[in-house]
Amino acid sequence: MPLIDLANPSRFLKLADSTIPWLSGLTVLAFAFGIEQAMLAPEDYQQGATVKIMFLHVPSAWLGMLAWGVMTVAALGTLVWRHPLADVTAKAAAPIGAAFTLLCLITGSLWGRPEWGTYWVWDARLTSELILFLLYLAVIALWHTVDDPSRAARAAAILTLVGAIDLPIVKFSVDWWNTLHQGSSVFRIGGSTIDPSILTPLLTMAGAFTLLFVTLLVAAMRNEILRRRVRTLHLLQASAVS
Amino acid sequence: MRPLAAILVRDMRIAVRVGGGALMGVLFFLVVVALTPFAVGPDLALLKRIGPAILWLAALLASLLALDRLFASDHEDGSLDLILTGHAPLELVVAMKGLAHWLTTGLPLVIVAPLIGLFLNIDAPAEGALVLTLLVGTPALTFIGLIGAAISVTLRRGGLLLAIIVLPLTVPVLIFGVAAANAAITGPVPFGTPFTILCALTLMSVVVGPFAAAAALRQEIE
Repeated sequence: MPLIDLANPSRFLKLADSTIPWLSGLTVLAFAFGIEQAMLAPEDYQQGATVKIMFLHVPSAWLGMLAWGVMTVAALGTLVWRHPLADVTAKAAAPIGAAFTLLCLITGSLWGRPEWGTYWVWDARLTSELILFLLYLAVIALWHTVDDPSRAARAAAILTLVGAIDLPIVKFSVDWWNTLHQGSSVFRIGGSTIDPSILTPLLTMAGAFTLLFVTLLVAAMRNEILRRRVRTLHLLQASAVS
Repeated sequence: MRPLAAILVRDMRIAVRVGGGALMGVLFFLVVVALTPFAVGPDLALLKRIGPAILWLAALLASLLALDRLFASDHEDGSLDLILTGHAPLELVVAMKGLAHWLTTGLPLVIVAPLIGLFLNIDAPAEGALVLTLLVGTPALTFIGLIGAAISVTLRRGGLLLAIIVLPLTVPVLIFGVAAANAAITGPVPFGTPFTILCALTLMSVVVGPFAAAAALRQEIE
């Protein structure tokens, strides 16, 4: 189905209603598989069992960045093509991305305590990730401050595009600066440096997280469309009374 | 060029004549710096170490002061509509307004910074480096702030939202501004390394800021 067809909210709602049960089921299966693999993965010879935090930490970091990437594409959709679904996507993705970023920060700090001896250091990777979280909160605040949804969408779109500068900084912070956080080890030139016995569960968990993100996003978009309909009905009702 | 010069002169006049003008920013800067010794104690060695950070934070907060009225007052009295329908490119007009804002809030801070550095026990040679970082870095604060000012232009109480939007974006400027000042005072990194990055950040924000702010204004005012 071409993207333009989804501009009709009713058609999107129909698609969402029929795909959400499948997506939810797939997500549960993927998590069952991923968690089982993560449990069976060998412990690190230095870190022991704490290495398993990675199976939550790394996918949530990726998803926190992916969500902003989705919002950036949606922002272009709002400003360039005025696609009605783009506004809804951007608004729905923001809280989900914020949640993943927070999860990344929390798991990272719980992992840092036994391995680095501290919950938090102001190194480039941690700081840029924290800024990403603050940017999420700023975008969410903007969405809530402007009453008119389409005007809020355009303001949030510009902030999203400007904030996208932070994405490469998060990704390459460990290469540009000498950080306590370890360097890139999965997506790097010359191949991954992680042993397959740990890399496979990691990628499985990343797949499960991505499915979770898509499911939550589609559900949140459906809710947002319904919320807008309710808003329009309220406005109609109010104008009928007066 | 004439409309742009007119905007620059007009904005500077407004900034100087309305609401206490440029002195308010300087006063705010002074108060924030003066509060710090009360909070951390009058330990001169400590103040010397954290002095650049305090000056930079105070400059960051002071540059936010006039931002929320930068486009909002023009929007309310209708002059923004005139600017939007005028012949001058909006991006350049926005850049001019940014320049006027920096000349009236950023530059005064840079001028009084040596005096305030004395309170924080910063030596004369280090003082020069610190003032240089402020001179180069404060335009970046203004031009990043333009984006937030434009996004929140139609909001009645946009001030707080403006701070939430702008402050995370200014973090790199703060990091490299303070790093350059510290490099000059204590080393071991040569002053030039963080300082050139600070210059790059300012140049980048001078390019990105007006375009993003102009785009936001076009979207907001319809």
